Amino acid sequence: MENIQSLLAAGTEAVAKATTTQELDDVRVQYLGKKGELTALLKGLGKLSAEERPQAGAKINEAKQALQEKINERKASLESAALEAKLAEETIDVTLPGRGQELGGLHPVTKTMERIEAFFAGIGYSVEEGPEIEDDYHNFEALNIPSHHPARAMHDTFYFNANTLLRTHTSGVQVRTMETQQPPLRIICPGRVYRCDYDQTHSPMFHQVEGLIVDKDISFADLKGTLEQFLREFFEEDVRVRFRPSYFPFTEPSIEVDIDRGDGKWLEVLGCGMVHPKVFEASGIDPEEYTGFAFGMGVERLAMLRYGVNDLRLFFENDLRFLGQFN
Amino acid sequence: MKFSEKWLRELVNPAIDTQGLVDQVTMAGLEVDEVEKAAKDFSGVVVGEILTAEQHPNADKLQVCTVTSGSEEFQVVCGAPNARAGLKTAFATVGAVLPTPDGKEFKIKKAKLRQVESFGMLCAEDELGISDDHDGIMELPADAPVGTCIREYLNLDDNIIDVDLTPNRGDCLSIRGLAREVGVLNKAPVTFVADSEVAATVDDTFSVELKDAADCPRYVGRVIRNINPQAETPLWMKQKLERSGVRSIDPVVDVTNFILLEQGQPMHAFDLDKLQGGIVVRRAEQGEKLTLLDGQEVALNADTLAITDASGPIAMAGIMGGEPTSVTTTTNNIFLESAFFNPISIAGRARSYGLHTDSSHRFERGVDWQLQTKAINRATALLLDIVGGEAGPVVETVDSDELPSDRQVFLRQSKVNSMLAFEMPPAEIEEILTRLGLGVEKTSTEGEWHISVPSYRFDIAIEVDLIEELARVYGYNNLPVRTPTASMPIKANDETIVSIHNVRRALTALGYQEAITYSFIEAGLQKQFDDNYEAIALANPISAEMAVMRTSIWPGLVKAVQYNQNRQQSRVRMFESGQRFLPTDGDEIIQENVVAGVITGPRDPEGWNAAGKEVVDFFDIKGDLESLLSLGGAADEFSFVVDRHVALHPGQSARIERNGKAIGFIGALHPNLVKTLGLSGAVFLFEINQAALCQGKLPRYSEISKFPESRRDLAIIVDESVTFDSIRQVAEKQAGEFIQEVTLFDVYQGQGIETGRKSLAVGLTWQHPSRTLNDEEINNAIDAIVSALASEFSASLRE
Repeated sequence: MENIQSLLAAGTEAVAKATTTQELDDVRVQYLGKKGELTALLKGLGKLSAEERPQAGAKINEAKQALQEKINERKASLESAALEAKLAEETIDVTLPGRGQELGGLHPVTKTMERIEAFFAGIGYSVEEGPEIEDDYHNFEALNIPSHHPARAMHDTFYFNANTLLRTHTSGVQVRTMETQQPPLRIICPGRVYRCDYDQTHSPMFHQVEGLIVDKDISFADLKGTLEQFLREFFEEDVRVRFRPSYFPFTEPSIEVDIDRGDGKWLEVLGCGMVHPKVFEASGIDPEEYTGFAFGMGVERLAMLRYGVNDLRLFFENDLRFLGQFN
Repeated sequence: MKFSEKWLRELVNPAIDTQGLVDQVTMAGLEVDEVEKAAKDFSGVVVGEILTAEQHPNADKLQVCTVTSGSEEFQVVCGAPNARAGLKTAFATVGAVLPTPDGKEFKIKKAKLRQVESFGMLCAEDELGISDDHDGIMELPADAPVGTCIREYLNLDDNIIDVDLTPNRGDCLSIRGLAREVGVLNKAPVTFVADSEVAATVDDTFSVELKDAADCPRYVGRVIRNINPQAETPLWMKQKLERSGVRSIDPVVDVTNFILLEQGQPMHAFDLDKLQGGIVVRRAEQGEKLTLLDGQEVALNADTLAITDASGPIAMAGIMGGEPTSVTTTTNNIFLESAFFNPISIAGRARSYGLHTDSSHRFERGVDWQLQTKAINRATALLLDIVGGEAGPVVETVDSDELPSDRQVFLRQSKVNSMLAFEMPPAEIEEILTRLGLGVEKTSTEGEWHISVPSYRFDIAIEVDLIEELARVYGYNNLPVRTPTASMPIKANDETIVSIHNVRRALTALGYQEAITYSFIEAGLQKQFDDNYEAIALANPISAEMAVMRTSIWPGLVKAVQYNQNRQQSRVRMFESGQRFLPTDGDEIIQENVVAGVITGPRDPEGWNAAGKEVVDFFDIKGDLESLLSLGGAADEFSFVVDRHVALHPGQSARIERNGKAIGFIGALHPNLVKTLGLSGAVFLFEINQAALCQGKLPRYSEISKFPESRRDLAIIVDESVTFDSIRQVAEKQAGEFIQEVTLFDVYQGQGIETGRKSLAVGLTWQHPSRTLNDEEINNAIDAIVSALASEFSASLRE
């Protein structure tokens, strides 16, 4: 029986020495396999007496079990070491930049226009669009700006011929909408507009968002409330807002809106007013029954204020180093 | 309009400072653009008189003067050549503080110039910051009171206020009008110049005939004889003119300009001795010539009102006088014109000749039609004072039927309340309107008025005009604030439409940067990109670079590529959405929204793992476009058809179709264009109709088969010219109804394949909804495909 103990001791030592799972398996076969040395001892039991047999058998099995446990432990530890080694080998520099396409981005004018649209969509305005090459009627006549009106001098207009022009404002969309839809109306018209003027503060092409609400009992107070809220939300600041009398032929009263962002300087940001009865009449809406207000804002101007852009011309150079700053 | 604050305060002087005044009028709708001091700050300068002036002993260009400040005499060294005994000038005494051009101060001290002591300095205008004039020391009139502070004498403690008046407020284009407005805002009394007739001392008149009374219903004229053309315009008048930006010319012209500024009535003075026959006011005959005061000869249009005499046109009515009949330094007898021209007959005319004058500016906006006689009397009084002479009687030629009528506007309290969401007390309504000079008359109904509009307010015609006046004077910012309430029906939202917002975002996710390029481009560039359409040209382009309306976004995007490549940006991926403008045979213009993209340079951003080493090709942009086309779930309706385009590489371009209808183009920019535009590397483009792109389909669920798919791969060899699309179509047709997908997973040319042929590896996948397909079925389908491809394209299987 000393043989059992010495075999177990030798096996245990062999397990400890095994450095790979293969070596370990060889140890297992050597001692515990069908022809293994400990297994062989069981075969020798037949030589023992019936009284001695159970006791000796139990001892052999105990030893086998003990060795199997050692093997299992060793196996777990070898596997874990192997995994550790593999993981160490697979370690990468995670600070290397990722692969693949970079995101592009929207133009700051589009970003601004979409924000404006979103604010007004949230209070029930729908987006309307109109032609950029417009006729004299929709750009001027229907907006109470007959030919020879001094206000035409304020619109440096690009013409194709006497009757066809590039729209100088998005207000024509108002007219087109009122011609085809009945009040109540809440619309917003974003788009390109054109004026024959080019210097540091004027671009021959720029963007406007026009808004129009027509309903029963729309008042000057509603105009003030709507635009005041809009400006505060747009700038996400508690800007001071003031309403200054002005003149547009298509609104009466007409208003220019200035904001003060805390530095005491008033900046003009948009024009607006109560829809002029003549504009309603031109579109077949009874001004005694309906009232409304309209507003128009320059998108580039708002984008410049919002993002701190200091030169209008940057918007149309399409320099990737400029555009990329708004992504 | 620029005006002197002091002049305004002569008429109305509310107890507010300059800033208060500026804020007040701005908030009343008279926006102040700028306030400028009449002179820079300085002190210690008085009217001095040079008693003696002698040559400096040690310097050729200096004189030693004795100057009196009235109480004391000083020795002053002066370098101005016009320093001479008897001259009255600006004298800066020791201790005076003068301005410098860089905004600092300069203190006058006792000095020694070439060993001669000097106590003070004689000043030129620029040294006092009054003007840029450095033509010698100031020459003050002989009657200037010696010793008086120069600021006081020249009225320099004044501000020049520039107010940007809107076109509706023609009534404020004069000191009189501005004073009236300031009086209203401050409830302050206004002292207008008294209207007084100047009686005739001679009988001379000059005949006037109104041939077009609708355009000119009133023409007031007056002869003044024996004026002194050498007389000087008084200092006070010069100052007022100059502070309004009007240059002093001669006394007669100065007086007419002064009346324009003071009263708002443009006037004109003719040299009576140069007039022939009588004056006839009529429309010009087309092409009639007139040499204007500014020297240019114009050919008049028939829509232009002209003042004529027997010789033809002598003035463009309400715009500018003629040179031949103008007043000169030898004029002795004048004929004064003070007329009312209908705004409609003047509006736009000046602009059509490229002119804009103080006179046309006022007549276009409306001049008080009751003002003409008062103005001519005021002018006469001033002229007689300055140039002397004898005035003839005032002759008014008028057609009362054609004068504007006295307007009455109906006003309801209820409308005021609803428009402003504010119940303005009736007493306040009446008070504000009365202050504005409107006639307020109650009707028999409570809360209703008849309001009569004065002759100077052309902008008040309907009820809302009055409501605006009420709101303006009450203060826009004092009126209530609320937000509209309304029923909010749920809006239609067509799920099959892909919004342009989503298209833009999909493109940015694909790495495209949005650009915005001009809608008008250079005609030559436009032609290089489109030989189909003659682009619509602007009649008045701002430059040749912005002359015709684009028929494609490509030229703009390609220019943007060029711009960026010139700035070391080699990798460009950009898109734009916007309108293109296509002419038609008729008058109609097609304005179509399109989405376009451009790529060039490295496929990937520069990176450490071989990224950025390969440049893009056609299939990069095609893949991007295919992603875009799948947005609406209708990708299978789009196809790419081999086609050519003038701007594209003939072997790398395709027409994009949706269900057989052309909706755009894709391809490589033609190498010739790459070269002429100085671009580096191949450039790829697409442009597609936005409506076709955005029209999607509502998703419809179809049962997912529980049975296995069968896949077979075929490698077929065909001629190079055979397109994959044609093979796919044949394969799909022959594959039977259970074919799910035909994919291409390899294209090979080279070793093992004869020249001119190519190998395509095609994967075919079948699946039956309710059973497993057997091998025989699949094999039959494969056989059908192979034989069809063999017969149609002489395709062979690759061994």
